[in-house]
Amino acid sequence: MTYTTSPSGAGRLLPWLGGGRRVRSARARETATEMKRVQFSSPVLPYLFLFPQLAVIFVFFYWPSVQAIQSSFYLEDPFGFGSTFVGLSNYADAVFSPEYQSIALFTAVFTALVTLFSLSIGLLLAVKADKVIRGSSAYKTLLISVYAIAAPVAGLIGMMLFDQHIGPFVEMASWFGWNMRVGLSYFDTAFAMIVVAVWKQVPYNFIFFLSGLQNVPMSVREAATIDCRSGFRRFWTVVLPLLAPTAFFLLIINVTYSLFDTFGLIDVMVKDKPANNPITLVYKVYNDGFRGNDIGGSSAQSVILMIVVFALTVIQFRLIERRIHYT
Amino acid sequence: MFRKFSMAATAVALSASHTLAATEITWWHGMGGRNGEVINEVSQKFNASQTACNLTPISKGTYEEALAGGIAAFRSGEQPNILQVFDAGAATIINAKGATVAAEDLINNAGYKFDREAFIEGVRYFYADSDGKFVGMPFNSSAPIMYVNTQAFEKAGVAVPKTWEEFEAAAPKLKEAGYIALTASQLTWQFTENFFSRHNIQFATNNNGYDSVVDTKMNLTDEHLVKMFEKLKEWADAGYYGFYGAGWNDNQKPFEEGKVALWIGSSGSFGGLQKTATMPFSADFLPYWFDVKGAGTNTFIGGAALFAMAGKPEAENKCVADFFQFLTSPEIQKFYHQATGYVAITQAAYELAKKEGYYEKQPVAEVGIKQLMLPSGEWSKGYRLGFYPQIRSIMEREYNKIFAGETTVKQAFETIEKEGNDLLARFAKTAG
Repeated sequence: MTYTTSPSGAGRLLPWLGGGRRVRSARARETATEMKRVQFSSPVLPYLFLFPQLAVIFVFFYWPSVQAIQSSFYLEDPFGFGSTFVGLSNYADAVFSPEYQSIALFTAVFTALVTLFSLSIGLLLAVKADKVIRGSSAYKTLLISVYAIAAPVAGLIGMMLFDQHIGPFVEMASWFGWNMRVGLSYFDTAFAMIVVAVWKQVPYNFIFFLSGLQNVPMSVREAATIDCRSGFRRFWTVVLPLLAPTAFFLLIINVTYSLFDTFGLIDVMVKDKPANNPITLVYKVYNDGFRGNDIGGSSAQSVILMIVVFALTVIQFRLIERRIHYT
Repeated sequence: MFRKFSMAATAVALSASHTLAATEITWWHGMGGRNGEVINEVSQKFNASQTACNLTPISKGTYEEALAGGIAAFRSGEQPNILQVFDAGAATIINAKGATVAAEDLINNAGYKFDREAFIEGVRYFYADSDGKFVGMPFNSSAPIMYVNTQAFEKAGVAVPKTWEEFEAAAPKLKEAGYIALTASQLTWQFTENFFSRHNIQFATNNNGYDSVVDTKMNLTDEHLVKMFEKLKEWADAGYYGFYGAGWNDNQKPFEEGKVALWIGSSGSFGGLQKTATMPFSADFLPYWFDVKGAGTNTFIGGAALFAMAGKPEAENKCVADFFQFLTSPEIQKFYHQATGYVAITQAAYELAKKEGYYEKQPVAEVGIKQLMLPSGEWSKGYRLGFYPQIRSIMEREYNKIFAGETTVKQAFETIEKEGNDLLARFAKTAG
């Protein structure tokens, strides 16, 4: 029962990262060891099964990461003829450049807003769809289908909706006296990007919240209905805490989505010429590395990003997950 | 087991003997759509014209992806024989000595006689070293030219301007007639890089960067350049100039729709424009400021060049040389010119197309070539600046800010010059 309501398997990560639940995870570990003894006759066997997965992670994650860290300390000509050790100067160049700072700030704001809106809209829709009885599958399918759209396609659709010349959203904005110029005005482009990024992510959150809601036992809901008349209060005090594991998992997923998976969308929306339009840190890494061929500088930026994400994940697990109760 | 091995060995031997018959060479490029198809057609023509070599073109996506892919391949020893590199990436590949074999050397080594003079003026220097030796083989070449909505000028009753002074005089009448007088699709290429060449003004120290990477500095606070952009801003505020951001198509579209009188595009745009434009159009040279001394010189080529990658066997290099010779032959140049709209790069191909009466049917196709063939000046041959794609990004950012009213022209150019020079210094370190 413990882990069935945690769709993430976030609980499984606990033995490595877990903060506040040491006693319990220790117990879980004991049980796991017992189970291992029962299932595997040879101690080598589980490692053998793990090997393909580990090999993939090693080849596609650890090996490139090590290379990135290594080249972040060098200034290198792209063809690899000469490289000079420059210590931390690639990092200093990135961190102290005003452009990098403003991109970092935008990335933070973008991530916060996209996560906030896609989580709350997804939750709202899920709560409402959970109550619909007739035709519920049609609603659900319609809401979920957006998720099947690939990020660049979503970017393309978004770009058309916000096009300066033919975009219907631009026309709608003009009814309210807003002369929206996506691609020209920093704020307008940021607005369009956030709208498209949220629109793309809402269905994903919707699916998980909906299945989370359906896991809230009917008996608990009925008991709550007897105790409290206010629907909002019942939701706030009973349903939401029971949804917390799902919400926590989605929080992590949404943060990584906003930081990394929005890349294709941004690339399409700025038409690969960012100019003064907002971009995120990942896009900057790509721009400097792949288009500018500045391998050292771009590696340093990607290492910074790696550290940020690592720190964020640790914080999330140590501070937030502590407050979450898996039923 | 042994039998399997010997069979495999036979198979390998067989396929090897097959490749011995024709030397295989590869060509990585960054073109899509119709232009990509034309590359396939050119390759087929080459393969059909001889039996010694077999050329396989492979599309690697965009220009940038082709360059990035070529670099990664070179580092792992898997480079193609021919790599297409775009104008802004020229400094990256040419400064990487040992990554390429100069096209001129390659052709001379293969027993041909390379003739620089056969190429038209504006093509000769951009992909060459400071002594004028061709490092890259110019391939798809374009020039920034001005497209004219002829209806707009009839309606306004003014003549098509040759200079910016004339434009300034005509703009109010065009506005009165209901048109946006001017749009432009790429301010970096058209109003910065080519501004220096059209007005014969020095772009950067060290001979525009051709002589050395060490301590190269850009001359972006030049008074004429600043004035050009101050005028553009003034025109934008007066409703004469429409700025729709850094995207190429956003600025082309209003012209296609017939709302704009003049559009600065590429000489390669006319093929597409013939399909999309809703009104008759003609073309003319990129205007210049008459009051700038020595202005009116030619512009240099944009587009991309082909580079022969180093570290390949002699036989394959010979094939690449054969292909380069084939590519610059008048018939193939004329074919490519007419199929894509890129300019013909040799004098002979131009003459051939002219003799056929092509330009009487398609006068617009001649404008780019003629602009490249205008008399050149000391500073009209282009530039060689490292990390240039990033420098262009900085320009795009600051230009957007100018037209959004977030910065002044002077401030914008000071910022570009400072950040750009920092990048150049960084590039000098990587290349040193």
